[in-house]
Amino acid sequence: MALVLNEEEQMLRDAAKGFLAEKAPVAALRKLRDADDPLGWSRSLWEEMAQMGWTGILVPEEYGGIDYGMVGAGLIAQEMGRNLTASPFISTAMMAVTALREGNEEQKQKWLPGIASGKTIIALAVDEGVKHDPAQTTLSAKAHGNGYRLNGEKSYIIDGFDADALIVAARTSGEAGDEAGISLFIVEKEAAGLSSTRTKLLDSRNYAHADFKDVDVAGDALIGTLDDGFALLERVLNVGRTGLAAEMLGASEQSFDMTMDYIKERKQFGTHVGAFQGLQHRAAHLYSEIELVKSAVLKALQMFAEAPQMAGAGAALAKAKAGEVGVLAANEAVQMHGGIGMTDEYDIGFYMKRIRAAQELLGDYAFNANRLAVLRGF
Amino acid sequence: MNDLDTFRADTRAWLEENCPAEMRKPMRSEDDACWGGRNFKFSCDEQKLWLERMGAKGWTAPEWPKEYGGGGLNREEAKILKSEMAAIKARSPLMSFGIWMLGPALLKYGSEEQKKHYLPPIVRGEIRWCQGYSEPGAGSDLASLQTRCEDKGDHYEITGQKIWTSYADKSDWIFCLVRTDREAPKHNGISFILFDMQSEGVSTKPITLISGRSPFCETFFDQVKVPKENLVGTLNKGWDIAKYLLTHERAMIGDSGGGGAFGGRSIGQIAVDSLGTDAQGRLADSALRADLARAEIDGWAFLLTMERMKDEAKAGQGIGARSSMLKYYGTELNKRRFELMMASKGHAALEWEGDASQDGALPRAWLRTKANSIEGGTSEVQLNIISKRILGLPAS
Repeated sequence: MALVLNEEEQMLRDAAKGFLAEKAPVAALRKLRDADDPLGWSRSLWEEMAQMGWTGILVPEEYGGIDYGMVGAGLIAQEMGRNLTASPFISTAMMAVTALREGNEEQKQKWLPGIASGKTIIALAVDEGVKHDPAQTTLSAKAHGNGYRLNGEKSYIIDGFDADALIVAARTSGEAGDEAGISLFIVEKEAAGLSSTRTKLLDSRNYAHADFKDVDVAGDALIGTLDDGFALLERVLNVGRTGLAAEMLGASEQSFDMTMDYIKERKQFGTHVGAFQGLQHRAAHLYSEIELVKSAVLKALQMFAEAPQMAGAGAALAKAKAGEVGVLAANEAVQMHGGIGMTDEYDIGFYMKRIRAAQELLGDYAFNANRLAVLRGF
Repeated sequence: MNDLDTFRADTRAWLEENCPAEMRKPMRSEDDACWGGRNFKFSCDEQKLWLERMGAKGWTAPEWPKEYGGGGLNREEAKILKSEMAAIKARSPLMSFGIWMLGPALLKYGSEEQKKHYLPPIVRGEIRWCQGYSEPGAGSDLASLQTRCEDKGDHYEITGQKIWTSYADKSDWIFCLVRTDREAPKHNGISFILFDMQSEGVSTKPITLISGRSPFCETFFDQVKVPKENLVGTLNKGWDIAKYLLTHERAMIGDSGGGGAFGGRSIGQIAVDSLGTDAQGRLADSALRADLARAEIDGWAFLLTMERMKDEAKAGQGIGARSSMLKYYGTELNKRRFELMMASKGHAALEWEGDASQDGALPRAWLRTKANSIEGGTSEVQLNIISKRILGLPAS
C-alpha cells in the first residue's frame, strides 16, 4: 500500500481537524483541569463523536459501528493530539474494541453497540508496576464456583476512573514474568469487591488505580482463551501503542508549528529570533525527525490490515520514534519560546506534559527498542 | 489474478531465468559493482551478461519511458521489480550517475533530440557519466563557479577547473556547469552543458583520500571545443537544472542511510557475529546494543520516509526542498551506522592491510562515509535550505 492517504482518509482527517479545533482545543482541556472535573473529559463531546461514527470506528457494522480500520482511527488520534483533546478514544474505541472483537458472540452483543453509540466506556487494566511490563502480571484470577475470583491491584489505568467496565489482564497460571498463564476478563464497575480511585497525573487526564478484593466474575467474563490471553493482550496493546504514537505525532506537529510561528514573530537584538542560524538548524533537524515519525506512524497503522504479523514491530517502531521525537519537540518548543514557554498561561506546557505521559504509557522508548532489537536478532 | 499479480509472476520467472547465479552472490567489495562505460573491465562474463539483459529490458531505469530505452514501468510495478530482485538477492546490474542524476534532468529539461540521443546508451550502460559541479573556489557556495564557457560562433570553448569530480578518470562524458555570462548576478549566468571527456584539452588527476582510495579527481579544461547542440535547456538558465539535479543527487546520497532494508541483515546481527550473546540471546555488550537499536529504529523510519516521499511524488506532491531533509538525515545516519560497525568489530576494524580484512574494507568504507555529509551540499547547507524553503524562517 502506498504511504499516502487516499481521498476518503483525507476527508476524514480534515473533518476531524475542523471538529476538534472548534469543539475540543487546548482551551477545553485547560477548562477541565481548572474546574477539577471529576471525569477529566466531556461526555457531551464524546456523544458528538459517537454521532460522527468515531467511537465505533473499529466496531463491525452489525454491532453499530462503521468498521473503518486503523488508519482512520490513527488519523483521529493524531488530530486529538494536535488539540490535546481529552477523550477515552484510545482506551475505549481502539483498545477495548480490539479486545472485544475477539470475544464471543454474547460479549460482542453486550458491549460493542454501547461503545459505538457513545454510552459505554471500557478501559484496559494491565499495568501494576512503575514500568509497563505486561508479562509481569500478578493480579490473580482463580477458578471459583462457576466463574473466577480476582485478587490484586492495577495502576495507571488509562481512562479507568468511572469506566463502565475494565478489561483486566490477570494471571491464571504460571508466575510473574511468564507470558503463558495470562487471561483477559471483563469486569463491570459495580462488581462487589472492586474499588477504584482517580490518579491525577501531570497531563490532567483520567487514570485510575483499582483494587480487586475477592471480586467474583462469571465464567463468561473470560475474553478469549484461558491461560492463553497474552497474544490477544499484545494485539490490544499494539493498537494502543500505535494510537498513542499517532497522538504524539499530532502533539509534536502542533507544538512545532506554534514554535515556528513564535520565532518568526519574536524580536530580540533588533531582529526576529528565527533568523538566527543557531535556532534554524535545530528547527530544521526537528522538522526532519517529525517527518520520520509521520512515516513510521502511517506504516504502523497500515500494517494492522496489510501485514498483521508485522503489526507488533510496526507499533514498536512508531511508539519508540514518536515518543523520542515528541520529547525533543516539547523540549525545543519550551526552549525556543523562552520564558513565556515556562508559564502556565501559555499552552506549550500542556503539550510537554501530555507527551511526557504518552511516551511512558504502554511502553517507553527503551521498552520498544528492546522489542525491536529482539525481533532483529540482537 | 490482477495485473500486478501477473506482472509479479512474470517478473519472478524472467529474473529466475535471466539473473546469473554469480550475480546473486553478495558483493565482496565495491570493486564488484558494475559501472559500465566504454572502458569498463567487467569482473566476469556473468556481470556483462546481467547488464546486457537488464539493459535490453530497460530495467536498469525501470520507470523511464520506453521510447528512451527505459522500462516504462509504473511505480507499483517498479516496486515489485525491486522486491523480486531483492528476493533472489540479485545485484544491481548498473551503478550510474547517468541514471541517478543526468537522466532525470534530461527528461525534464532536455530537447527531444537530446533525450533520444543520450538516454538509451545510459540505460544500456554504454556511456559512463561524471558530474562537473564543484570548483576549488565554489564548494558550498556552488553558484560562484568560474569555469568559463565562451561562444565562438559555431561552437563553445570551455576553460577552467572542476574538483571532486567523481570517477572523472573513468568516465566517458561529463555534465557540467559553466559560466556563460560573467556580468549577470551569479545565479543567472550559469549554463548546463554536456561533452565528451576524450575532447582535446580535458585532463584529470585523481585525489587520494583519507581512505587511501581515489574516487574523486581534479578535472582541467583547457580551451575545450564543445558543439553548440550540447547545451541543455536555455542559455544562462543552467542553475534551475543544477538545482533540480541536486534534488536527485541528494535523494540518492541520502538513500545510503537506510542501509540494509528492514528484513535484510541488521547491523545488530553483524555485532552479534563479532561479539556474541548473553544467555538470553541478546548482544553481550548492552550499551552498544542500545545504540544499535536506536540506529535500527532511525534506519527503518528513514527508509519508510524515502518510500513515503516517492509515493507522494507519484501522487503529485513533488519532493522539492524535502530532498534536503533526506540528504541531511540519510548521510548523518549512514555515518552513525558505520561508527557502530567499527565499534562492533573492535580491533579487527582497525586492520588496514591483509586478506582477513580485505585490505581494510570496513575502515576505508567508514572513512568514505565522512564525505557523505559534505558532498552534494553539506549537512549545514541542507539545514539552511530546510529552514528557509520549508519552514519559511527569515534570512539572517
